[in-house]
Amino acid sequence: MMANNTARGILKDNLWTNNAIFVQILGICSTLAVTNKLENTLIMAIGVILVMGFTNLTVSIIKSLIPRKVRMIVQTLIISFYVIIVDIILKAYLPEISRALGPYVGLIITNCIIMGRAEAFAQSNKPVISFWDGITSGAGYMYVLLIIAFVRELLGFGTIFGMNVLPESFIKWTIMVMPPSAFFMLAILIWVFKGIMEKKEAK
Amino acid sequence: MAPDISPFILFFASIFTSNILLANFLGMCSFISVSKDYNSSNGLGMAVTFVLTITTAINWLVYNYILVPFEIEYLRYIVFIIVIAATVQVLEMIIERVSMNLYMALGIFLPLITVNCAILGVALFMQLRDYNFIQSIIFGFGSGLGWWLAIMALAAIRKKTDRAPVPAGLKGPGITLITIGFMAIAFMGFSGMLAVQ
Repeated sequence: MMANNTARGILKDNLWTNNAIFVQILGICSTLAVTNKLENTLIMAIGVILVMGFTNLTVSIIKSLIPRKVRMIVQTLIISFYVIIVDIILKAYLPEISRALGPYVGLIITNCIIMGRAEAFAQSNKPVISFWDGITSGAGYMYVLLIIAFVRELLGFGTIFGMNVLPESFIKWTIMVMPPSAFFMLAILIWVFKGIMEKKEAK
Repeated sequence: MAPDISPFILFFASIFTSNILLANFLGMCSFISVSKDYNSSNGLGMAVTFVLTITTAINWLVYNYILVPFEIEYLRYIVFIIVIAATVQVLEMIIERVSMNLYMALGIFLPLITVNCAILGVALFMQLRDYNFIQSIIFGFGSGLGWWLAIMALAAIRKKTDRAPVPAGLKGPGITLITIGFMAIAFMGFSGMLAVQ
């Protein structure tokens, strides 16, 4: 699938043609839960990007030292190491958001995308390009979540980043605050994405 | 301090109202990919319930008797994940020895479970909400049952939607997510019956 290994090719692949969420439906476990507020989503996604980039970098640097049999558990430990750092930083500088995110920061560890990228890319590529791959995969992940969070916050609370943008007379969609709407939003986004892809292929 | 909830309510709340999957989005990856097949869904559901009950108990003991006395709670992510991985490994060996039938049913799913977010999620929730030992076991078992129930229901519905005329772009993951959304709404209907959490 990865024909193109240049920095630009990876960027395009990770953001669009091979987007982790649209195409592979991976890693939605931990992060859909926080998409009812843009602020939380942004912080969470940045956390994922950092963890993903540094995990890829680390795995790529020490890949020749890891015995093949235990590489899964080693990767998991590397990921948890970075997640703990992110968690501590959040607790220190953004205590309120850290409380709102609750256990979901810790659940970045089991986010399948991170392990997937470490296994599929960092395991067989050079450190710098692996780091780039991690960052761009994370960015591809981030913008999808931000779109979902944007719609959910706008319709659910009438706000964007906590600022009121809709008039008082707007009736808030309670469903948008609740879990089911995240599924619907993601389904609609996948639909749109597939529609665009199919049109391109038809040309 | 442990919250004052009757075990009965906690048990039902963890199955229905705060279903680990539909309300907390945990364990989605394997949920979507495995639910294509009815029999594997059953096997994975069983394995998740089994592992969840055991690892939640072990994690509770480890957290309260090792991490808290030494004041290294911030290491809990690493410790929980190691406990889960180790437990799954040991369970796999024990099951292989004790019952070949059970091993055939659960065997291939056990490695998948280590990276199932639901397992780690339950451990983190258990710690965050300060459940006591008994409550943790009930919570773990109930969440497992809830996950099992949800994946069985989805697998059954997917059998139908696979043959239904669906817009091309929605085929596969799209329609599955919408189905999950409706299931989440249905499960939310239970929330009037019990206090959530």
